[in-house]
Amino acid sequence: MPKVAILVFPGTNCERDVQTVLSRIYKFQTELFWYTRSGLGNYDAIIIPGGFTYGDRLRAGAIAAQSPIMKEIKTLARENVPILGICNGFQILVEAGLLPGALTTNSSLKFVCKWTTVKVINNNTPFTEFYKSGDTFNIPIAHGEGRFIANAKTFDKLKSEDRVVLVYSGENPNGSVDGVAGICNEQRNVVGIMPHPERGSESILTPTGFNNSSGLFSSLKAYCEREH
Amino acid sequence: MTSLTSEELRYLRANLAREPNDLELRVIEAEWSEHCSYKSTKKLIKELPRKGKHILIGPGSDAAAIDIGDGYALSVHIESHNHPSSVEPYGGAATGVGGVVRDILSMGTRPIALLNALRFGNLVAGSTEYSTTKWLFKNVVKGIADYGNCIGVPTVGGEVEFDASIEDYCLVDVASIGYGRINHLIRNHASSGDYIILAGGATGSDGIGGAAFASKGMLSQNRSAVQVPDPFEEKLLIEAIMEAVEHNYVKALKDLGGGGLSCCLSELSDALGKGFDIELSKIHSKEKGLDPASLMVSESQERMLFITDLEKLRGLRNIFQKYGIRFSLIGRVKDHRDLLLRYRGKIVGKMPANLVCNAPLVLRSSARARHVDEIQKIVFSPKVPTSLTNILLSMVSIPSIANKSWIFEQYDHEVGTRTVLKPGSSDAAVLRLTDNKFVSIKLDGNSKHCYLDPYFGTLGCLSESSRNVVCTGAEPVGIIDHLQFGNPENPHTFWSFEESVRAIIDYCKFMDIPVVGGKVSLYNETVMGPIKPTPVIGCIGILQDSNWISRIGLTPSSTIYTIGVTYDEMGGSEYYENYHKVVAGFVPRLSLNIDKLNRETILSLVRNKLVSCVHDCSKGGLAITLCEMAMEGKIGFDVNLDLMPNACTRIDNLLFSESQSRFVFATDSPKRVENLLKSIPGLRYAMIGKSYSESAPGRKIIFNKSGSSVIECTIEELEENYNLLPKEMS
Repeated sequence: MPKVAILVFPGTNCERDVQTVLSRIYKFQTELFWYTRSGLGNYDAIIIPGGFTYGDRLRAGAIAAQSPIMKEIKTLARENVPILGICNGFQILVEAGLLPGALTTNSSLKFVCKWTTVKVINNNTPFTEFYKSGDTFNIPIAHGEGRFIANAKTFDKLKSEDRVVLVYSGENPNGSVDGVAGICNEQRNVVGIMPHPERGSESILTPTGFNNSSGLFSSLKAYCEREH
Repeated sequence: MTSLTSEELRYLRANLAREPNDLELRVIEAEWSEHCSYKSTKKLIKELPRKGKHILIGPGSDAAAIDIGDGYALSVHIESHNHPSSVEPYGGAATGVGGVVRDILSMGTRPIALLNALRFGNLVAGSTEYSTTKWLFKNVVKGIADYGNCIGVPTVGGEVEFDASIEDYCLVDVASIGYGRINHLIRNHASSGDYIILAGGATGSDGIGGAAFASKGMLSQNRSAVQVPDPFEEKLLIEAIMEAVEHNYVKALKDLGGGGLSCCLSELSDALGKGFDIELSKIHSKEKGLDPASLMVSESQERMLFITDLEKLRGLRNIFQKYGIRFSLIGRVKDHRDLLLRYRGKIVGKMPANLVCNAPLVLRSSARARHVDEIQKIVFSPKVPTSLTNILLSMVSIPSIANKSWIFEQYDHEVGTRTVLKPGSSDAAVLRLTDNKFVSIKLDGNSKHCYLDPYFGTLGCLSESSRNVVCTGAEPVGIIDHLQFGNPENPHTFWSFEESVRAIIDYCKFMDIPVVGGKVSLYNETVMGPIKPTPVIGCIGILQDSNWISRIGLTPSSTIYTIGVTYDEMGGSEYYENYHKVVAGFVPRLSLNIDKLNRETILSLVRNKLVSCVHDCSKGGLAITLCEMAMEGKIGFDVNLDLMPNACTRIDNLLFSESQSRFVFATDSPKRVENLLKSIPGLRYAMIGKSYSESAPGRKIIFNKSGSSVIECTIEELEENYNLLPKEMS
């Protein structure tokens, strides 16, 4: 059974949601991993869940990104361990320099919690291989600082290297450039997404008229079982 | 100058057998404020039916606990933060959320949901000029959102009403539900020698005199009496307390709210039957040189008081250190019954705890409000409007009725992965507890009805919240109430309070649903006088099967039914107030027998999976109910009003009357429904029409009467008007 570490900082608040879904539905072995612990090297994948680490002080994710444990994360990233940052986790990865660009205040200037439609651009990552490029699916978002921006050079590089993973399809809920909802690093093992797959993986929690986002964690399961 | 009355001072002196010193006086002022002591209302509140077979811990604690089986309990509490929010809407509303969450924590349960009920002055659509209402509305919503989102507790439901009597003021009620194992519930106990620990936010000079401020009218707008929110600190407290509870490190736990340490220490000491010996200089504070009295009455936020023994103290200390929570050992439990206060070793106050936390009750005089009879007597018979379609289109844009997505999309309503029925799609929120246990909850109020008739208005709120919960498939197990009125020293105001309490007693006794928690907020006054009486009622229900969960969205090609009778009960209706600009007449009355029968009928239909969608009939009447169902389901309908059970003399009344105890539902098994309904003696119901199929003319809505259509429009036209509120606020 693949083992996943779910990183917990002060103020993380989606760790139990991710844990429940991964263990109950996808049958991963999971562990909540407090940020001061060591031994992060013994897992098949790492997830940095959503929340408000350090109360979003300074900028969302900025303080957590300076934690000593992020050095370990950087090493594991180089060693090709799949790492997923969800929402605040994405913000932390960006603040830590593991992913390029920046996540800033939504163009509406308001927090937004709703279900969106996203399109898969790059399906060649441990978290999207279940999908075909161009597939769309529904997934909820909940963030105040989710507008992805990057300077022209960075963004051109991202696009030319096919590192945009997900984009919003139809309504762009936060004003991200080109509707970017998720990106990856050059090696494609580190992925950051604003939407919450743990909230979109069960039919009972899916609103009428929407499908769900269960393919993201199914991808990880298949990837881990193959690579294990 | 003291805020105590001369009788209270006499009582205090007599019981102490000496003059109180300044510090003691400040402590007493905080605890004997209306806000903390309930001195005007305690006697009446005690009459509420509070016993039930599932009630583990009843009202009177920080929150109540309900046994939901399999070793688990729900805790529930409601609070308001009206005065602070009116002065500083962002901080006031945010700290309101923080307060109610700490009440849930005090029980040893994890907060799993937040709800709110908000009231503001009239929102004038299209006004570009400076508007206090908009400023209050925007910032209250943002305050609730920022706090709830940051602590990771979903805000799953709410209601909002706009009314002229709340001009330049606001009512901000917040409720929370907690969930936990029964054997982890904290049942406060302590022994002599145990340690008293104050943990969380540092004590400062913010929020000094908050409780006293909330016990006056709004004539003094004291911004420094409003507390400063720190949701990150609260989040750390939540996790630390959950870990401490898991390890059984806590013997007693209480949150610090109104009245600060004064109330917390005296109430806990009195409840435990133990004395406390407190050293105030040990308190970790935001600033140097706070005097002992300020330390005792400061309402700085995110603080909790723990009691534990030496053995558990080490474990508790480690947890605080893990989360970076500041704490101070501020005293010890003693065998005497006094609140003994020291500052740098020197005794600065000493009073019996039960004297401090039991203010002498005040008998308020009450007199039937004159306006009630006068307003009811007004004979008002406006012309029936020529275009009922136009009326309907303007009705869906009334802020109290319109689309609330601008509000609930700012709240993270999904964190926790429990939210099955989300805001906007249902009558009440439904949260998953386990795969075969769900809780449904809804808050409802109606200031307009309660103003015209506080007794029937309150009964209506009780009926509405129960109806909403039943519509989702849940059976009500408890009621929470939040009673908000003006100055109780005004006999007319106090009479309306009594009427409201009488309604809750009558309803809950008849329905056999206990009152599991409540709160009273008085002195809600604006420059124009008292607010309209505003009891807010919350109903909590449980359901055991996910297949029972029902939504409001109209389903295609279904048969539409109504249950209940529509009367000419137009007093306090949205239609009269917004179209005819009159607040007068008789409000909807309610027969407890029929209310129960109709509700039980719906529950049995829902649980037999005979409905494809169901919605309760409330603000805006039948017409609005059907339109909300159509917009949510994106399916039109064609109904015949001649078939409705009614005693209406006019077509507009039939469409917009807010008569109680009514439901609208649709079904794909009309024969089975008919057979079931036919067999229920005394039930008034009717099949009134059909929803369209998904193909054209699927998006039309048509109301017919006497063979011709009286309202005809499209869902797009409805939506355009329904979405005016989000547009207005963006």
